[in-house]
Amino acid sequence: MDAETLRDMAAELATQAAALFENTEKLANALTKLVEVQSQGGGDQFLGLFTIFVLACFVGFYVVWSVTPALHSPLMAVTNAISSVIIVGALLAAGPSEFDFSKLMGFIAVTLASVNIFGGFIVTQRMLAMFKKKS
Amino acid sequence: MTGFAYLIASVLFIMALRGLSSPESARQGNMFGITGMVIAILTALSDPSVVSFSMILVGMLIGGFIGTVVALRIQMTALPQLVAAFHSLVGLAAVFVAGAAFYNPEAYNIGTPGDIYTGSIIEMSLGLIIGAITFSGSVIAFAKLQGMMSGNPITFRLQHPLNGLIAGLIVLTMLMLISGQTPGTFWTLAGLSFLIGFLLIIPIGGADMPVVVSMLNSYSGWAACGIGFTLSNPALIITGALVGSSGAILSYIMCKGMNRSIINVLLGGFGGDTGGASAAASTGDKTAKSGAAADAAFLMKNANKVIIIPGYGMAVAQAQHALREMADVLKAEGVGIAYAIHPVAGRMPGHMNVLLAEANVPYDEVFELDEINHEFSSADVAFVIGANDTTNPVAKTDPSSPIAGMPILEAGKAGTVLFVKRSLSPGYAGVDNPLFYADNAMMLFGDAKKMTEEIVQALA
Repeated sequence: MDAETLRDMAAELATQAAALFENTEKLANALTKLVEVQSQGGGDQFLGLFTIFVLACFVGFYVVWSVTPALHSPLMAVTNAISSVIIVGALLAAGPSEFDFSKLMGFIAVTLASVNIFGGFIVTQRMLAMFKKKS
Repeated sequence: MTGFAYLIASVLFIMALRGLSSPESARQGNMFGITGMVIAILTALSDPSVVSFSMILVGMLIGGFIGTVVALRIQMTALPQLVAAFHSLVGLAAVFVAGAAFYNPEAYNIGTPGDIYTGSIIEMSLGLIIGAITFSGSVIAFAKLQGMMSGNPITFRLQHPLNGLIAGLIVLTMLMLISGQTPGTFWTLAGLSFLIGFLLIIPIGGADMPVVVSMLNSYSGWAACGIGFTLSNPALIITGALVGSSGAILSYIMCKGMNRSIINVLLGGFGGDTGGASAAASTGDKTAKSGAAADAAFLMKNANKVIIIPGYGMAVAQAQHALREMADVLKAEGVGIAYAIHPVAGRMPGHMNVLLAEANVPYDEVFELDEINHEFSSADVAFVIGANDTTNPVAKTDPSSPIAGMPILEAGKAGTVLFVKRSLSPGYAGVDNPLFYADNAMMLFGDAKKMTEEIVQALA
């Protein structure tokens, strides 16, 4: 096998490799697009979440009307505490390893929501502990 | 698995609210709430993208410490401003979470910086706007309740057109953010929302704060919902919807307790000094009987049934402990005691109930308006302490009055009405109370706490 044949074969191999690379890239692009379309969720995902939202509003409506008026202050304190479940979003922002602006904002949000979680539940507990029956 | 854990957390939150249907089940309900929160936090921490825990730990320790200390030390009379302050934190947290998602959308799988999916950016903007309004609105409510700024409504010319203009700008900026997605637009939107929250609450007077605090409670829930949609997190959406509807229902109950529409309350300008002056001038030649602590003690000692009507004045004077002492002495004398609570008494829903509970008043002696109103005619004495508008018969007789149609506690039907008040000045609504001048009424002028203590001494 002379040097020329060898060179031709090498050239052919390089062309094939380039073609393969091109195809892989195309496939990767197609996959990314597919994932994007799915996570964009079309209407389906939004509709699912919206269904949950509407049903939760109804549950909230019936549950809150059954709360006795005497406990409306603890109701406000405890709803305030549980609305701090927003900390879930803050934890995801504060979680990545590299430090950036987004992580800083996540940290602040974690701190603020923690004040609320601890403060809200404790003050609710304090209030509820005071309600006693006639002895 | 993650979805399942969030579902359990949501169910626990629902059970926490369900527990509040009676004081016996409420403490257990609060435990459900705490458990739900722990599950939600642990689930978020187990997310594969959460790899660095040091800052999270520091944030939770700082926040937890502040929250714990404040909650343990706060006086029960300062509860309304504490709740307002807590609402502001939820609002601000929502703003920061929206910001974090805007700068690093990959962390939430909602696109890339500057190219966030349209649906997600809309949801994020809504969370941002509502969160920012909750924050600045609650800061103003806090300042008014804490007495850092006057509780009088602050109104100026063209106030409502200005608010309308800003609302228009907010919609415009939101549209720009959806198409442009620049950080500048994001922060402009945040700034405008802060501004409108501030402007919306300043015209609302101090005694309308129960409505405002409930409304901001509701907003903090909707803000959580907006963020929940952005992150596609059902637990946030469910919780936000629960809190949102809870606050909305409380606002509705408060408005009904005043027979005013929510719009009327939000437009503001109600109450304050100006209305009071003109109403006081019209009282003319009527004279009110005034009595001393000994007279009140004598009347109540010889009564069979005394109904106590507490109002915000009792909270201001911190008179709840002295009041319970007085009730104890009377009960020992064989006098029947009941407490009547108007839905809008105090500065937040259920404010009076908590203060009475703090003073060890058993909750089965405390009744709501509907439960007790028919009993006034068989009561010998109605003891009104720090309340005024909620007993004003004008609400029933004068359709042109600002409090027309407001449900009232019918104290006037009792044998004798005792008013513990500092002066004859009208209440918050600026309407003179003809009950002060009724034949069966007696004024006990003085500080609510001091007067009650004097009555206790006279009873001994």
